[in-house]
Amino acid sequence: MTANTQNPGLVKSPAISKYLPPLPLLPLQPVLARIVKTIVRRQPGLFARLGPGTKKKFLIDPTNLPIVFLLEPDPQNPKLTAIDRRKDIERDVYIGGTFMTLLRMIDSQTDSDALFFSRDLKVSGDSEAMVALRNALDDMDSTLADDVAAAFGPLAKPMRSFLDSFNKIAESKS
Amino acid sequence: MTEPFKPELVCPAGTPASLRTAVDAGADAIYCGFQGPTNARNFPGLNFTPEEMEQSARYAQDHGAKILAAINSFPTAGRTDIWKSAIDDAVRIGVDAIIVADIGMARYLHRDHPDQRIHLSVQAGASSPEAINYYCKHFDVKRVVLPRILTVAEIKQVHDAIPCEIEAFVFGNIGMMAEGRCALSSYATGISTNLDGACSAAHCVHYNEDEQGNMTTRLGEFAIDRYSRNESAGYPVICKGRYNSEHKTEYYAFEEPVSLNLTRLLPDLIKAGVTALKIEGRQRSRAYIRNVVSAFRQTVDAYAAGEDPDITDLLALTEGHRQNEGAFRSKTWK
Amino acid sequence: MQSKLSLGPVLFNWSPEQWRDFYFQVADEAPVDTVYIGEVICSKRAPLFEPVLEEVVTRLTEAGKQLIFSTLSETASAVDRRLVERTASADEFFIEANDASALEYLEGKPHAIGPHINTFNEESLEFFAENGAKIISLSPEIPKQGIKELAGFAEKLDIELEVQIYGRMGLALSARCYSARAHNRTKDTCQFICDKDLDGMVIETMEGRPFLAINGIQTMSYSCLNLAGEISELQNMGIPRYRISPHSIGTIETCKTFRDLLDGKTSPEKAVEEMKQNTIDAPFSNGFYHDKSGYDWQQA
Repeated sequence: MTANTQNPGLVKSPAISKYLPPLPLLPLQPVLARIVKTIVRRQPGLFARLGPGTKKKFLIDPTNLPIVFLLEPDPQNPKLTAIDRRKDIERDVYIGGTFMTLLRMIDSQTDSDALFFSRDLKVSGDSEAMVALRNALDDMDSTLADDVAAAFGPLAKPMRSFLDSFNKIAESKS
Repeated sequence: MTEPFKPELVCPAGTPASLRTAVDAGADAIYCGFQGPTNARNFPGLNFTPEEMEQSARYAQDHGAKILAAINSFPTAGRTDIWKSAIDDAVRIGVDAIIVADIGMARYLHRDHPDQRIHLSVQAGASSPEAINYYCKHFDVKRVVLPRILTVAEIKQVHDAIPCEIEAFVFGNIGMMAEGRCALSSYATGISTNLDGACSAAHCVHYNEDEQGNMTTRLGEFAIDRYSRNESAGYPVICKGRYNSEHKTEYYAFEEPVSLNLTRLLPDLIKAGVTALKIEGRQRSRAYIRNVVSAFRQTVDAYAAGEDPDITDLLALTEGHRQNEGAFRSKTWK
Repeated sequence: MQSKLSLGPVLFNWSPEQWRDFYFQVADEAPVDTVYIGEVICSKRAPLFEPVLEEVVTRLTEAGKQLIFSTLSETASAVDRRLVERTASADEFFIEANDASALEYLEGKPHAIGPHINTFNEESLEFFAENGAKIISLSPEIPKQGIKELAGFAEKLDIELEVQIYGRMGLALSARCYSARAHNRTKDTCQFICDKDLDGMVIETMEGRPFLAINGIQTMSYSCLNLAGEISELQNMGIPRYRISPHSIGTIETCKTFRDLLDGKTSPEKAVEEMKQNTIDAPFSNGFYHDKSGYDWQQA
């Protein structure tokens, strides 16, 4: 499947994006990079489950945040990038939902099929890669919180509050 | 038999983490399959390598739970080696039973591994005592997983006429078509439920949402359903879609997107002679498994203790957020 | 050895008169070697044909056709079970089993395994052969490579393999009746509403594309299988038997066309053109054979 940038669900959050100044995303990138490297180290089985999905671009859209995330789970060079949602972004898979919905799904606290049935989770694009990612994440024993803790050691606590502050932004927008 | 019989709770697992979740949530037995086409839930990122199966078997058995290997799709001639080696692996690993559907694979398993306990998969479609007895006689089948087409009264009749145990589905995605003989998905996509183990193979499913938030589900080239903005969605399978005929438009020609939930019928099923209660959903997440297995554990324990259990609402986990009792309660469903 | 042509059982709920007249015409005009009869889809329909069954059997037998009785494809209720028992234990006839329920009655005596029983591999083939099967009809879902492999084994086991070459394909069976459902009825209260649809009731997608055909508890392809272009390849594999599934339009002529094709007296292109003029209102397909979606059509 070819990647494309069309995304009906994506730029359709004008309520958020309209009044925002350019986002200072730079400080976020090294943090994300570190989280991803830690997950790779702690969860080597992840890539085996992803199969061909390792070559795909996953656009993860917390619909109540001004940014979106692009996940490129290539085992050689895994990347998680925060991007201003107003940009055109090439992707194979689109996964959208509120920040909390996505976080709870990634941490296997709620069932993604149930979220899909209730329409809280929106998906489009390469379904095979999407299902593989879902199953790969679901087989991770630790939670994202654990991995964040492992990635930042003594800094884990400030990182958690950083994530929590995201949550607060999200909650105020929803 | 006046003592309340406590049935075995048989739970699904699509990954090692799910299996541990099911064991920890109180499953008596867990069924799972190898990666690839040998099982009926061949989806990307799902299922077990032989190594994972071995480690998982140890985990289950160390915690007093059984592990059942589902090798329940149908090999075409020329591909049987893949299925045979899956069977050999499962035997070597020491699973408690192997669930087979193909009559040729049942023959191979019984011939080459006569001591291995065999369960007959729902995919074998053995719905009558005559059919079940035939499999028991030839392959010494110890348990049959009944197709989801019989009423409780019919299950009782089957029980009284067969020499093996009965396992019955009590929760999950209710199959509308006779299992093991459905080529609908294959007709639309070229990927076969029977031969490849994948109904509505993921790469053939596409969701498109329009500007108004209406979502169309497409399987291959065919639009199989369309949901308005706030309408609950269902699995992307042909037998749960909406179609037009000359008599009706946009109707569920086969079945609505509902899930089976037999919580209320459990005492009747146990009285009818069901040995094992099966939860569907090897493709579902750990969260689903944790919730459903715990709820059923409590319910089964309460019934066994002679209590009237507080039936937990499992509605949020059901497809389309709706549930019914399928064929089990009465024939009016048919 | 000459390739044999068979006519599968009528799968639809035709009136007893239409059913009888169809088989009379088959006896008189259709160049087929084998005729399957019997109710395969719904046990409620079986008694409808019984008054005319004897005449039909006599006429077909007198015409020199090999008669095979097909059993029900799905067995759940007590009525289903009785019908299977009655058909399968009729010792004077050759029986085609379409569900494992019938196998017990047929053990050790020569019989056929129908397309509703999965025979996908050599182990299954050997098992059925050991228990008395002489003819095995394959599911239309099996692709070319699978048929070819099976053909090699069948020859050694003295089994005659049969391949469906024409007609809507049975894709699924259910406990529920979808003809009744389309009329807000259930299987118990159906009043035989399926008799309205002589070749199945077409359902289309919400976008208006014809998709499937409903025949009571059976779901069939909308498209009409046609393996005219694959006949010579199948003959080269050593497939001895070819099965046509009957429809209300053009069946006798279709039998003649395929007889000519099997005998090398016409070309696949000409045969397809001829059949197009005289068939149900649906496109031809041969996708399963070519390991593609079942509805796909690869031009000969």
